Amino acid sequence: MNEISQDDTHRTIERVARESYGRLVAYLSVHTHDLASAEDALSNALVSALNHWPREGVPKNPEAWLLTAARHSLIDVIRHQKVVLEGEPTLKFLAENSTETTLPTSTQFPDERLKLLFVCAHPAIDPAMHTPLMLQTVLGVDAARIAQAFLIAPKTVGQRLFRAKTKIRSGGIPFEIPLERDLPERLDAVLEAIYASFGLGWDDMAGADQRGRDLAEEAMWLARVLLQLMPHEAEVQGLLALMLYCEARRPARRDAKDRYVPLSEQNPEQWLVPLIEEAEHHLSEAFKHRRVGRFQLEAAVQSVHAERARSGRTDWAAIVLFYEQLLKISPALGTQVGYAAAVAESKGPEAGLAVLDSIGAGAVSHYQPYWAVRAHLLQRLGKTHEASDAYDRAIGLAEDPAVREFLLQKRNG
Amino acid sequence: MQFALMIYHTPEEFEMRRNDYNHPHLGAWRAYYQALVKAGVYIAGDALEVPETGTTLRLRDGKRRVQDGPYADTKEQLAGFIILELPSVDAALEWAARCPGASIGAVEVRPLAPEAKRRGFTGE
Repeated sequence: MNEISQDDTHRTIERVARESYGRLVAYLSVHTHDLASAEDALSNALVSALNHWPREGVPKNPEAWLLTAARHSLIDVIRHQKVVLEGEPTLKFLAENSTETTLPTSTQFPDERLKLLFVCAHPAIDPAMHTPLMLQTVLGVDAARIAQAFLIAPKTVGQRLFRAKTKIRSGGIPFEIPLERDLPERLDAVLEAIYASFGLGWDDMAGADQRGRDLAEEAMWLARVLLQLMPHEAEVQGLLALMLYCEARRPARRDAKDRYVPLSEQNPEQWLVPLIEEAEHHLSEAFKHRRVGRFQLEAAVQSVHAERARSGRTDWAAIVLFYEQLLKISPALGTQVGYAAAVAESKGPEAGLAVLDSIGAGAVSHYQPYWAVRAHLLQRLGKTHEASDAYDRAIGLAEDPAVREFLLQKRNG
Repeated sequence: MQFALMIYHTPEEFEMRRNDYNHPHLGAWRAYYQALVKAGVYIAGDALEVPETGTTLRLRDGKRRVQDGPYADTKEQLAGFIILELPSVDAALEWAARCPGASIGAVEVRPLAPEAKRRGFTGE
């Protein structure tokens, strides 16, 4: 076999692993509830593919091949564990399924990823672990990358994931889609977890820290999977729209010298039109359900910003209205600060400052966007001394060096 | 819980500190210290002089051995430390990420050892 096709084989394995990882882990764990063993079995299958496929060629149905190999590996794992009492029905299930004469094709085994997503964001699991669990079990993101994105020591991530999986295996967390009465709350946890891996779209404020998770692509992938599995949930579509709008602005967030550019100074010609169009499609589809929610409203705010590409101006009054609705649903600190910034643009810096003053002082001592917006508004009002103090707080709380640099210049300029 | 943030500088950062007390980068440090104090997490901290001013001493086989400079001959050297009172290592890592030193050199986060203090292994 020559080198090119060897490369092709590796690319095929990577692609199949990426596209099928979550489907296979979900299918392999839905009866055992044992995510760790399912992941181990799948990684054994992938190693085996790396050994066999370059020599024997890529099988006609790579996903089915991986499933069969993983199932055999899983049977070995369970036999080794010797958990006969609990393992027996599982073994029977696995053995029955693996002796089928015809292999299931990718469309013939059920897609259990939705159940897996609900398991990862189950209320019995520490909310801080919802997103890491999802990234690992559905997308196969490794602990080292999760550690970087969430600022946790790599060893700690491993321990926390292990604890969460142990709880899923032995804590009676059901692998099922929640009943209708629980669905809104449970779905919200899934959406929150997906959004948490996206990082925040803070470029709409005057020098607010972005704290990007560097997992935007993964977050959008998860949202697309979820939308495919729940095509009629307005908030799912709202979340995808929100992320697409923010992602569309990525190229405009830094100038040629890699300096931070706030939204108001971004050149709309640098925004990615296809992503904006896709976002618009999803948002208008979502609105058709007439069940407005947090993510649709946040997406609506971004849609007003996107409009500047066409009209050359920003309709701040519309943004204020969306924020007012948003505050009724989720009065999170970020929403209050975003509202203050919008009010300042629409009704003047004094009005914006009044909104900021109404937020409790205790809540904002660690909250960078509050200080960035406050400094900006004080500067616009000519209160140089107070502005400079607020800039110091914003600079001291910033994590992104480009944002820090931008604020330092604003303070001195 | 108390944590030490140990700040390691590259030679370039030491150079900047030596030559230019008006450098914009130092404005970021001033702002960082203010944010720590105003957030109510700051306990103590100090900056160290440049590594060349250090002297390292060992007693081996009854003989004094004195060496110019720091203990370890590495590119990044200890430049200062900050002690913070925080609820968890997660919070300590967040503050470490905001530290201006993290974007050039490195910041090590380590819990203080309260047991050592309790048993009288410190000066208090």
